[in-house]
Amino acid sequence: MTGTITISLHLNGEAVTATLPARMSLVDFLRETMGLTGAHVGCAHGVCGACTVRVDGAAVRGCLMLAAQADGATVDTIEGLTDTGAIADLQDAFHRHNAVQCGYCSPGMLITAADLLDRATLPDRAEIRDHISGNYCRCTGYQAIVDAISEVATARTKGAA
Amino acid sequence: MTLHAYDRPVSYIGASVPRPNATRLLQGRGRYVDDKVLPRMVHAAFVRSPHAHARILSIDVSAARALPGVVAIYDGADMAKVITPWVGVLTHLSGMRSPPQPALAHGVAHWQGEPVVMVIAQSRAVAEDAAALVDIDYEVLPAVCDMDTALAPDAPRIHPGLDSNLCWERKFETGAVDAAFADPTTTVVERRFTFGRHTGVTLEPRAVIGDYDPSEDRLTMHYSGQAPHMMQSVVSRHLGVPEARVRVVAEDVGGSFGIKIHTYGDEIATLAAAKMLKRPVKFVADRLESFLSDIHARDHRITARAAVDADGRLTAVEIDDVTGIGPYSVYPRSSGIEGNQVVNLTGAPYDFPAYRARLRVVFQNKTPMCQYRAVGHPIAVAVMEGLMDDLAHATGRDPADMRRINLRRDDSYPCTSPQGMRFADLSHQQCMEKLLTLMDYEGLKADRDAARARGIHRGIGLVSMVEVTNPSPMFYGVGGAPIAAQDGATARLDASGAVHVANSITEQGQGTETILAQITADVMGVTMADVHVTTGDTATVPYGGGTWASRGAGIGGEAMLQAARALRAQVLEVAGVILQAAPDTLTLVGGAVVDAATGAERITLRDLARTVYYRGNELPPGLKPELIATRHYRVTDYPFVFTNGAMASYVEVDPDTGMVKLLSHWVVEDVGTILNEKLVDEQIRGGVVQGIGGALFEECIYSDDGQMQNATMADYLVPMAGEMPDITIAHVCTPTRTSDLGAKGAGEAGTAGAPAAVMNAINDALRPLGAATLSQMPMTPERILRALGTVA
Ligand code: FES
Ligand code: FES
Repeated sequence: MTGTITISLHLNGEAVTATLPARMSLVDFLRETMGLTGAHVGCAHGVCGACTVRVDGAAVRGCLMLAAQADGATVDTIEGLTDTGAIADLQDAFHRHNAVQCGYCSPGMLITAADLLDRATLPDRAEIRDHISGNYCRCTGYQAIVDAISEVATARTKGAA
Repeated sequence: MTLHAYDRPVSYIGASVPRPNATRLLQGRGRYVDDKVLPRMVHAAFVRSPHAHARILSIDVSAARALPGVVAIYDGADMAKVITPWVGVLTHLSGMRSPPQPALAHGVAHWQGEPVVMVIAQSRAVAEDAAALVDIDYEVLPAVCDMDTALAPDAPRIHPGLDSNLCWERKFETGAVDAAFADPTTTVVERRFTFGRHTGVTLEPRAVIGDYDPSEDRLTMHYSGQAPHMMQSVVSRHLGVPEARVRVVAEDVGGSFGIKIHTYGDEIATLAAAKMLKRPVKFVADRLESFLSDIHARDHRITARAAVDADGRLTAVEIDDVTGIGPYSVYPRSSGIEGNQVVNLTGAPYDFPAYRARLRVVFQNKTPMCQYRAVGHPIAVAVMEGLMDDLAHATGRDPADMRRINLRRDDSYPCTSPQGMRFADLSHQQCMEKLLTLMDYEGLKADRDAARARGIHRGIGLVSMVEVTNPSPMFYGVGGAPIAAQDGATARLDASGAVHVANSITEQGQGTETILAQITADVMGVTMADVHVTTGDTATVPYGGGTWASRGAGIGGEAMLQAARALRAQVLEVAGVILQAAPDTLTLVGGAVVDAATGAERITLRDLARTVYYRGNELPPGLKPELIATRHYRVTDYPFVFTNGAMASYVEVDPDTGMVKLLSHWVVEDVGTILNEKLVDEQIRGGVVQGIGGALFEECIYSDDGQMQNATMADYLVPMAGEMPDITIAHVCTPTRTSDLGAKGAGEAGTAGAPAAVMNAINDALRPLGAATLSQMPMTPERILRALGTVA
């Protein structure tokens, strides 16, 4: 139960090596060991999406993955994605649409939304709603979040055209 | 009514400006309790009762204590030595009783999930490991779970010191109720409603850090909640630390909705442990603990009837409400308020002469029940609006006409309801007409009927409602609770010309800090970027109630307005002396004192502040500038400031599966003066979705022996994006006469009305199929199929 493991990973663009309890989840490692508190824990059983981070480019639930499994991986959190400006348009749209109230869901929601925008052609509102249906938001009622994602999707499609 | 005062170049009041403090939340820079790490901090985990009702025979912690990393273990007896028990009754709810409640169960555990043993260790993981090693021997006692059988004379008593499981009973009668119902010319409808238990499911679970410094006898509580000053008083009273030496700090709060405004034994025990260990102790509930220990809400069974005369006018309404509140009335707000609100608010939008109500608040061995968003309103609204539809159906009237006939007239205020509620500045008729236009009621009916002809079952649900907002001291303070109904605001000018404000209302994402900045910026003629807002810290903000019952804008906002005006007057007085001008010839625009007539800049706020702070020698000795002002505000002439609105839902029901598809939802709401329409609308939308949760999905399901069966997020369903409709919102604006600002509350509306709207829409969809009327929430597919007779 108390065994430790040493892992190396690329975390927000930096090479990190850490020794941690083998049973530690990725999100606990990020929050407790690395001080990256942007990813949140809402359920710790894979339902709410508050812990969503990027692992090797994919949106992943940080509570369902052991930190040990991230050995050798590239992990990006909301802090790293903010610093690079990769989702600045999405953050700006969330802000203008008030797609954030308490903010507890927001980092996970943004990373989930970015995932949709990275892969899909222009999604309609139903597709957006469907895509974020694994992320709880208890405050907003979702509509403003859909508005924000939809606006960015349209803008990005136009920009790419 | 005072809006002309803001008619100046920079006008923020009424503008949908984004929230300045939301940016950092979007960047992952929030500061929630669990994000904080303090030196020497240790972590708590709790062993909770696995039984709904059990005597604790023995507790063996030897194996747990032996685990490396364990710092301390406390049981109920240990905590009883350092924490006095609390009693959750309010004196103005006369006759209410509830036994003293300990922080940790002591002798007997009264609900599944009640904390029994606290384990503190170097990490939460080790604390949980140790908690699993605590060996407790229980004698299981009969669990009293059903609220009806709990009142039976032979029911086991939850509290041996009380002669029954009744916490509180209220009876109320006015007008000729029996005569109205007996009148052969009236049409009477009757219906039995069941409102299941649900809970708040704040995405951030409850969390607390206690930090005690024995050298100063100072206790700091890092608090995820809404009412720091209330907690300061509660903590002081029950831990024996002088109130002035308790500091409560609430930074970012990941959702609250009324859940995080109560006294929780695990949180108080965490503070006590910090005091005993003289080092910081953190406790963060996991999701299972949240489901079993966060307060639950609703849980009402109501029989209601109403009568109308031949013209369709209501002649009488009667309700009988039984509500189950768990084993204790929750401290310090009590668990009687929800039922009391049901009694007080049923039928509030309508004008009728006779009313009778009976409320019984009942103890049971389930998680304690207390105030959650829209306290009592969803029940009062669903009951009355359900009856209105039944009356429309029974008398062959259109549901909209049924309401038109009975709504309080917009020119009838102020007026008083049969329950004695005093209404002013409401607009039911305007709201309903605006709603019917907004939704294209006639067009929608045609669409519904055309769909029916195609075998598609759609329905429309209408709702009128009032909401209690901006409460006066008549809500809690009058009953002896340490809960302020007034709020305070301070505004001060710093040496750079920026304005710093502090306010006792708190932010959980509603936009509290934004509206405070908007109000201040307007009055002071500065940009919002020049206003810096502090909330949520008893060490730095004026004394006040915090954010609950939709009081932030109406009470905290008014205090802010008055404080900013006072600072403005101070600035103009100083400017008048410096500029040798009469203060009333000057005004504030663009960060400067300007000539009111010409708009010419006379001195910037920065220069004025520097003169006052650095070069006081330039001022006449008689001038003693005070560039800081504090004002407090409470509602006086009315016990509450009511808000009103109207709402509609359009749904499609699949009779084969019982699934409900929400097609559209409309809200017309009158929140008085709108400070920031975007923020108001998002409060309403979020509230509607929470209301829909209670209507369709959310229920704490219990076994007969008091075990909650669905205490995970995978099993307890809440609304997700895919199932929710877009929600269209419009406004009617009738400012409240009780304040200069004119703002009423916006936080309850959505949750208050949405369940009734959805219920009425589902029943409208199912009526042609001959289904039984749905009156039990949540209206799950199974219950819908039962109403259709498809399943037994
Ligand atoms: S915390 Fe990982 S999904 Fe909820
Ligand atoms: S903003 Fe609070 S949970 Fe989404």
